[in-house]
Amino acid sequence: MNKGVAITGMGIISAIGNTVEENLISLLNNKVAISTIDNISTIHKDSIKVAEIKKTNQELVNELQLPEENNYSRTAMLGAIAAKQAMADAGITDINEYRTGIVSSTSVGGMDMTERYYYEYFKDESCLKYVSSHDGGATAQTIADELGLKGMVTTISTACSSAANAIMFGARLIKAKKLDRVIVGGTDALAKFTINGFKTLMILSDTDNTPFDNDRKGLNLGEAAAYLVLESDELVQKEHKRVLAYVSGYGNANDAFHQTASSENGEGAFLAMQKAMKVAGLEPAQIDYINAHGTATPNNDLSEGRAMLRIFGKHVPDFSSTKPFTGHTLAAAAAIEAVYSILALQNNIVFPNLNFKTPMSEFDLVPQAVLKHKPIQHVLSNSFGFGGNCSTLIFSKSE
Amino acid sequence: MRKCYINGVGCISAQGTFDTVFLEDSIVNDQDNVLTIQDPVYKNYIAPAAIRRMGKGVKAGIVASALAMQEAGVENVDAIITGTGMGCMEDSEKFLKAIIDNNESFLTPTSFIQSTHNTVAAQIALGIKCNGYNFTYVHSAVSFESSLLDAMMQIESGDAATILIGGIDETVEYTMSLFKLAGYIKNESDKPFKVLPATSKGVVYGEGATFFIVADRPQSSSYAQVLAIELLNSLEVHEVEIKLNHFLAANGFQISDIDAVVLGYNGDIEYDVYYQNIAENCLANTTQVYYKHLSGEYNTASAFGLWVAAKIIRTQEIPAIIKVNRVEKESYKTILLYNQYKGKDHSFTLISTCQNTE
Repeated sequence: MNKGVAITGMGIISAIGNTVEENLISLLNNKVAISTIDNISTIHKDSIKVAEIKKTNQELVNELQLPEENNYSRTAMLGAIAAKQAMADAGITDINEYRTGIVSSTSVGGMDMTERYYYEYFKDESCLKYVSSHDGGATAQTIADELGLKGMVTTISTACSSAANAIMFGARLIKAKKLDRVIVGGTDALAKFTINGFKTLMILSDTDNTPFDNDRKGLNLGEAAAYLVLESDELVQKEHKRVLAYVSGYGNANDAFHQTASSENGEGAFLAMQKAMKVAGLEPAQIDYINAHGTATPNNDLSEGRAMLRIFGKHVPDFSSTKPFTGHTLAAAAAIEAVYSILALQNNIVFPNLNFKTPMSEFDLVPQAVLKHKPIQHVLSNSFGFGGNCSTLIFSKSE
Repeated sequence: MRKCYINGVGCISAQGTFDTVFLEDSIVNDQDNVLTIQDPVYKNYIAPAAIRRMGKGVKAGIVASALAMQEAGVENVDAIITGTGMGCMEDSEKFLKAIIDNNESFLTPTSFIQSTHNTVAAQIALGIKCNGYNFTYVHSAVSFESSLLDAMMQIESGDAATILIGGIDETVEYTMSLFKLAGYIKNESDKPFKVLPATSKGVVYGEGATFFIVADRPQSSSYAQVLAIELLNSLEVHEVEIKLNHFLAANGFQISDIDAVVLGYNGDIEYDVYYQNIAENCLANTTQVYYKHLSGEYNTASAFGLWVAAKIIRTQEIPAIIKVNRVEKESYKTILLYNQYKGKDHSFTLISTCQNTE
């Protein structure tokens, strides 16, 4: 097998916790965070449930100690909080000491502010500071400013697979020796834009989401941010860095089937998993746990399930979707699930696929419904997005 | 390590660039502060029923990518990598406006579905049935450069042999009115609008779709070889020359090896000093070229810049309309590009004539 790229730090803020430790405690104790929405005023308030970080923007401003005249979107603030944690976890004090970069990802970017001030902009000059925080890149630039980073900064947006692709590109930048270390991940805040978008697609559940269940009704939207620090082997050795795990495999493929729907046989997902295992130099039998995309939409779980059967045949490893805990956090999903994959490796646990009752009629795949302890060497994590975007990451234990 | 060649180009811009040799049909429009693309005949490339549903950037992206593939003589690719600073604004705006104006009621999903930043790359993949790697970078002025860097890394490592890359951005009414309000776009009172010399704040905005086929082997249609690219998020004016010299040295070059430099001057009096400072100092004796007076400024205008550089190498000619100074060279073998926007997201790109050696 190929060792991959070292992960030396991680940070996360999600509806189930403000730190890595809090997220782990919630995952171990079935502490879910699906609730009605508080921070956004929407007419769908009573008909949808979301996984919301129960902090107001003002609380986030205070936490980051930002001046009142700041122009940070909620997406950027969540991202900055998670990225700072990751930096601290990796023990980085001087960010510009080595060639350091950021590869971030987001789908909504500063949309939360744009939708709030859409007409206000033309009436109240004081809102205009948010015009420049709308685009996806502004989020990563904000994080770079918060970390004091001067170097390579870029952003990926491929809908719900975005953060997987950010982690993948970051790992490749290290392998190609373009950078010595890179902060990778994603951030997305809840917004009316996405709430209404998914609502029109009729894939929002009015109750807790139930991945891989025959009676699944759709997804709960969530918000979160998570970042990992990846470092070169040379730097890990030189600085005697603690390695949390390795990004050993990655693969991206396009389903090329439909703008929003996944193909019947999960071609894109199949190809992404196949590529990732090739990069990692692993056989399907060596995967101990799959952290599935498992959004609980009828289409995704069927397509993903079929792709898993094509890869793993009769021996599909333990799999679960952690979206019943966190909701679907869109561009951030793969980043928070990367943190969970690392926690699974560190603690030798398979997280439960909550709310599962009835196997799907199309196949006999049954997710791991309760917390399971077992030795785990390799975790495969899937993330799929609009535009047929399919990504797989493989995380492997640090020796 | 394999080398990275530009084997085909396709450019939809404010100028007639989709069926021309170079810039022979170009004219400077100094009366409008937003320059829109010259539409190609879309129905020659896209089914009419599909055209109606597509945003401007998607349509232009599909045509520009088809032109690049046609020129390179390829029907499919190993990867599709796009860059877009603002994404599919037309559909985003349509959906957002409907949410706000109708208080979240009576919405249809079509514009939401097409609002994601990766719609262009996805629609191209769907059109040519490409199951390969599909990425979209959305980082302001380095959106396109990120896709070029990604593609180069895949070509160099042998992970892919033929890759379609492109930069797409579209102008839409609401965002343009917001940009005017925020002062990013020049005031009407600053007419006629000038890029060189810059006399006022803000820029003339633009839009476009510029695609390239990059591949690991040169062929008769090849334009140039991409030698190196570097992205840097923020620099002070005085740091540009230092970083430029580092970049060149790291790739075995020095200023005197550069036959022409393509600069991203956009006429913003506040920030053009980034270009001016190197143009008047270390690059004073180098042939200088500019292009945003033709394309307008937008997050992926630098892809138009690369198109200009590739065309210079192909034609060995620099049209008068893009010349900054009078320095001339007998031949243009090695061209440097430098771009930034508002002092952020700097990029250096180095291309040369094809060196067909392993």
